[in-house]
Amino acid sequence: MFVGLVALWVVVNFAKDPQEFISVFLIGLTNGAVYGLIALGYTLVYGILQLINFAHGDVFTLGGLVASTMILSIFDLSTTDSAALLVLGVAATLLIAMLFSSTLNAGIELVAYRRLRQAPRLAALITAVGMSFILQNVGLIFWGVNYTSVPRLVPNSIAFSIGEVDLQWNKIVVLLITIPVLLGLTYLVRSTKQGKAMRATSQDPEAAAMMGVNVNRTISFTFILAGGLAGAAGLLYLLNFTTIRYDQGFQLGLIAFTAAVLGGIGNMAGALVGALTIGLIEAFNEGLTWNTPGSDWTRSIVFGILIAILVFRPEGILGERTPEGQ
Amino acid sequence: MKLPTRMKGKGPDRHEGEDTSGWLPPQAREAWNRLPEAVRTLVLPLGLAALAFLYPFYSGDLPGAFPAVGTVVIMIVFTMMAVGLNIVVGYAGLLDLGYVAFYAVGAYTAAWFASLHFSQVSFHLGSVGISGEAVGIHLSIWLILLLAGALTAIAGILIGLPTLRLRGDYLAIVTLGFGEIIPQFVRNGDSISGFNLTNGSFGISPIDSPGFGEAGESLGLPLSFQQSFERERWFFWTAVALLLLTIFCSVRLRDSRLGRAWIAIREDETAAAAMGIPLMRTKTWAYAIGAFFGGIAGAYYATFKSGAFPSDFFFNVSVFLLCMVILGGMGSVWGVVLGGLFLAYLDQEGLAKLGNWVSDLIGRQIDVPKYNFGVYGLIIVLMMLFRPTGLIPERRRKKELAEGVHDETLYDASA
Repeated sequence: MFVGLVALWVVVNFAKDPQEFISVFLIGLTNGAVYGLIALGYTLVYGILQLINFAHGDVFTLGGLVASTMILSIFDLSTTDSAALLVLGVAATLLIAMLFSSTLNAGIELVAYRRLRQAPRLAALITAVGMSFILQNVGLIFWGVNYTSVPRLVPNSIAFSIGEVDLQWNKIVVLLITIPVLLGLTYLVRSTKQGKAMRATSQDPEAAAMMGVNVNRTISFTFILAGGLAGAAGLLYLLNFTTIRYDQGFQLGLIAFTAAVLGGIGNMAGALVGALTIGLIEAFNEGLTWNTPGSDWTRSIVFGILIAILVFRPEGILGERTPEGQ
Repeated sequence: MKLPTRMKGKGPDRHEGEDTSGWLPPQAREAWNRLPEAVRTLVLPLGLAALAFLYPFYSGDLPGAFPAVGTVVIMIVFTMMAVGLNIVVGYAGLLDLGYVAFYAVGAYTAAWFASLHFSQVSFHLGSVGISGEAVGIHLSIWLILLLAGALTAIAGILIGLPTLRLRGDYLAIVTLGFGEIIPQFVRNGDSISGFNLTNGSFGISPIDSPGFGEAGESLGLPLSFQQSFERERWFFWTAVALLLLTIFCSVRLRDSRLGRAWIAIREDETAAAAMGIPLMRTKTWAYAIGAFFGGIAGAYYATFKSGAFPSDFFFNVSVFLLCMVILGGMGSVWGVVLGGLFLAYLDQEGLAKLGNWVSDLIGRQIDVPKYNFGVYGLIIVLMMLFRPTGLIPERRRKKELAEGVHDETLYDASA
């Protein structure tokens, strides 16, 4: 019923102004891709440790802030540089941001969460909330209260048009970076020994340990992966919006977490589906014109979805029913 | 469904008859133990309460680090909220990350029923210091405190009913969602189908003052606190009275049948259900009662500030309150009071004073209050890692953590 109404609303909006609809759709897709990278981090960690890593959104912010420093001070990139130099610089920044966030995330696990393995689950969750505040303040100390902005390295000029629809460079680049990262992640988890260890640990850590899986190392590896994704998302966010601030990750993290829950937490494909859905919902809400609540209500809508999903279908779109959700 | 009768009477967590005199010299200890038990258990709380009530009279003589009377009012309000949150988190073990929503409901109840906001109507009932022709709804603040508590409790039940089926971390996330939605609703509520419900980001101000009216004035009590020459003192005394009431209710609740049911749920939900405790109803009561005190505190704070502003209601406040509970010791009323007063003091005055002191010491300006939430985050993490029972641990909770009878753990991965 409700879904039908939403579908009707989307269709009517499409019929009213198809061109605008598609450009809004593309914005949603790009934002969704960034959310997806963050949501995957939540899902990976939740899958293996059943812990909502609240600090993840702030790892993302710090990744973005480090990337901003790289672009501004170390590589000193500007819009006038040649394309080859830009590609090289952005690639190097991507690598550094990912490395930094990986180390940070694994470090947090080592310092804070590892000691709480025997503690009640809520203790770890509360610790994660505290960690999130600490990380925000680290960002505040080193980068200040103001937005850090970088030059628009990837122009938002039109790359090419299909019919009436324009594809912009910044959106293409986001997708160009996201897709290989996702393919690499899928390969890692599906086809490598370490990925097998991850899947085994997430199913049954004790049994995995008995089969010779080094559980602690596997958990660390998961945090490294999640951190790397967050770092990549940080850079992409920066390229797309050109500004970032110390406290932005918290909100984005919550949205990404909603995406992970929407898709079915612990499920990698689900996180992506959820993230794209949330990205589209956000973009539709802010960009469409016919009977739209508008950007004042975006957050309420996203959290309303989160609550509705948790109450009515806690396993998410693609997830399986778990005792946690009952 | 009735609770099993076995749960009646004194639970194992009663602390009466314990030897509290270990620190006294032998003769004094003997004299102490001869005193009636009621005197022995009450002397410390009563002494502290007397000391608290007299604070405005000697606060001027204390060193500069002690807070001003007006600051103490705010400290007490936040401590009340922390004690309310302790019922949800500490007693029943339900992590609530959206407690700020209850604060908001309480504050806006006061704003709706004791201000000029609803200018379409003019209704007066026991309000003080307001001219009889003023538009808007003007109820007596004493009524409003009750009303705010009741409305917030209803809000707690409404939030709780659909969500309390969820376990642990899922519940935390849902409460967080509500904690984000309600402030946004308040911020955007200036035009709900054209009706101005919350006056948007400007908030509602001024709010009527509490007071004793003309009848009280003839007894030497102030007609209206805000117009009184001793405004802060009267707000302070009322706040202390409210806090004492909250603490009293909280302690009595803990030892009641309901309180023991909460603790049973916290320790092992499945076993509690098997013993015949109705899970949903018991949890919903925890939510409603925890919210009740949050609502009273919110309404009282709104009348003290004479305004309800949406910028006060952020997730940060929820975490701040949670930090008080954790620092003091989850489930321990006195611990939470201590943690609440201490952290609220840091927030209101302490960090600024500390910052000035540090800046003087090293000769460089450091803006310590800017990093307040970093400090709270650090406190949370350090407490969780090194002293998860809090400053004043509740005995029972301590045992739970030591013996691990608590809910499922993050699994043991010692391999």
